[in-house]
Amino acid sequence: MLKVRDLAIRFAGRSASEAGTLAVDGIDLDLDRAQVLALIGESGSGKSATMLALAGLLPKSAKTTGSVLLDDRSILHLDEREKSTVRGRRIGMIFQDPGGSLNPVLTVGDQIDEVVRTHRRLDRRAARAETVSLLSRVGIGDPAARARAYPHQLSGGLKQRVAIAAALAAQPTVILADEPTTALDATVQAQILDLLVNLVQVEHVALLLVTHDLAVAAAVADRIAVMYAGKIVERRGPEQLVTDPGHPYSRALGQAALPFVAAGDGRHAALPELPGRMAEAGGTACAFAPRCPLAIDRCRAQVPPVVPFGDGEAACFRAGETAQ
Amino acid sequence: MMRHWSIGGVIGAAVLAVLVLVAIAAPWLAPGDPLDIVGRPLLPPFTDPRFPLGTDQLGRNVFAGLVHGTRVSLLVGLAAAAAAIGVGILVGTVAGFLGGWTDEGLMRVTEAFQTIPTFLLALAMVSALGASTVNVVLAIAISSWPATARLVRAEILSLKSRDYVDAARLAGMSRLGIAFREVLPGAVQPVLALIGITVGVAILVESSLAFLGLSDPNQVSWGGMVANGRAVLRTAPYLVAIPGAAVAVAVLSVSLVGDAMGRRLLVSRER
Repeated sequence: MLKVRDLAIRFAGRSASEAGTLAVDGIDLDLDRAQVLALIGESGSGKSATMLALAGLLPKSAKTTGSVLLDDRSILHLDEREKSTVRGRRIGMIFQDPGGSLNPVLTVGDQIDEVVRTHRRLDRRAARAETVSLLSRVGIGDPAARARAYPHQLSGGLKQRVAIAAALAAQPTVILADEPTTALDATVQAQILDLLVNLVQVEHVALLLVTHDLAVAAAVADRIAVMYAGKIVERRGPEQLVTDPGHPYSRALGQAALPFVAAGDGRHAALPELPGRMAEAGGTACAFAPRCPLAIDRCRAQVPPVVPFGDGEAACFRAGETAQ
Repeated sequence: MMRHWSIGGVIGAAVLAVLVLVAIAAPWLAPGDPLDIVGRPLLPPFTDPRFPLGTDQLGRNVFAGLVHGTRVSLLVGLAAAAAAIGVGILVGTVAGFLGGWTDEGLMRVTEAFQTIPTFLLALAMVSALGASTVNVVLAIAISSWPATARLVRAEILSLKSRDYVDAARLAGMSRLGIAFREVLPGAVQPVLALIGITVGVAILVESSLAFLGLSDPNQVSWGGMVANGRAVLRTAPYLVAIPGAAVAVAVLSVSLVGDAMGRRLLVSRER
């Protein structure tokens, strides 16, 4: 349903002569209704740029190539008017900071009413009824009263639930969630993840979850794509990615996020650390080679192709091998 | 709610309420045309119960003039301020939200208006357009909108990069819809604090114009009364002092209320 092919994003340099920065270097993604795809990677890996491109929220200075099809319609290069229909009706977004994505000077009910009325010709009372129904579907008790509250009167978890309801109000087919639980307490985090997984089934929407947390991704996703330096280096089901990672970077992520799994016997191993910094995207070698314990000469000479691995694929010459 | 109102704010609000009541009740408090000659000229205050504040050199009732002048002052002050703030909000929102050349163009126009002192611009406009109440309102509004425009624009600039604006864009709202329904409500709060100053300035400018004779000659105005009394300042100083005090009280009360609103907003923003 959502089909991304060879998507590349380049941010313009400060002058016309500068090449600019390649943020995303030709990625493919596939996502169906009632499915959760997690896109994980560290800061600067290109996961947020990918999400903004799908949402059509990239600044004008960013150049995108490749194709993004939503139900066989291209949504990548649209003018403002086309965007306002495609975006809202088809794509909803949940932001990292639930406080920031809600307007502080409008009641949450008014904000959701506004979205409902933008998409359907409903009068005020019908829109409010729909809003109250949305609020109750995202697990908010006493939704009619909560609709009259301002965001600052709600807790972080409630605000994120309201943000989810606002995203659902436009009846999207795809929901993009950018680190939706990072700003929340651990217990609230689990509740919100449960809610999202549940909504994907009940509302029959597709969810693209962007996170840096492998534990979160493994808990909710049907498929996980690991991004590094603008490329997808591994694409697997959650169990296999955790227990049998193909790419050395995925292995390092797993050891950092799930140390008890890595140690194998329930003890905490020392948290591993990757030396150095992430390489620039778009080189002629494996971008991870400079930090990779398994790197061989070949890794530094050519870009490893994507090869089948386990229940998915990995882009590594030494996929599945471990150090020692 | 009340605990955030300062004593000054309460006094200001009370005085303003009295002024508004006087303005509304003027025809009953002082029936008839306040410009009519009704008694002996230059009667000092508190000497004749029919003219509690005395009469001027033509024998007109000072109390009636004061009461009816309240109408003109408040009406012109509020109408001019409302128009100025409306235009300022419109220009500031469009400039701040759309940015680019629209912003550049609108801000240069705003600056062009700001380079001319409010009073001189209003003076020039009224002398060109003619002295009627509508023209006075227009002149004051045109010369005092830039402050609001700049304030609103600055607020919009800081608000438009928030996530909720992106969320509204994603939800399919139009650009102007987002600007006026999502962003503007957050930007008007500081404008509320500016209302007091704008209304106060408008009242002062109106009085000053009337003092110079640039107001509707068929309506009493405090500024006009001061101008009139100036000729007999040494023999009947009350003819200048009474309307002068009225101007001062009106501007002070409006400023106190505006100041109190500003402080309250500050408190609610810090929360």
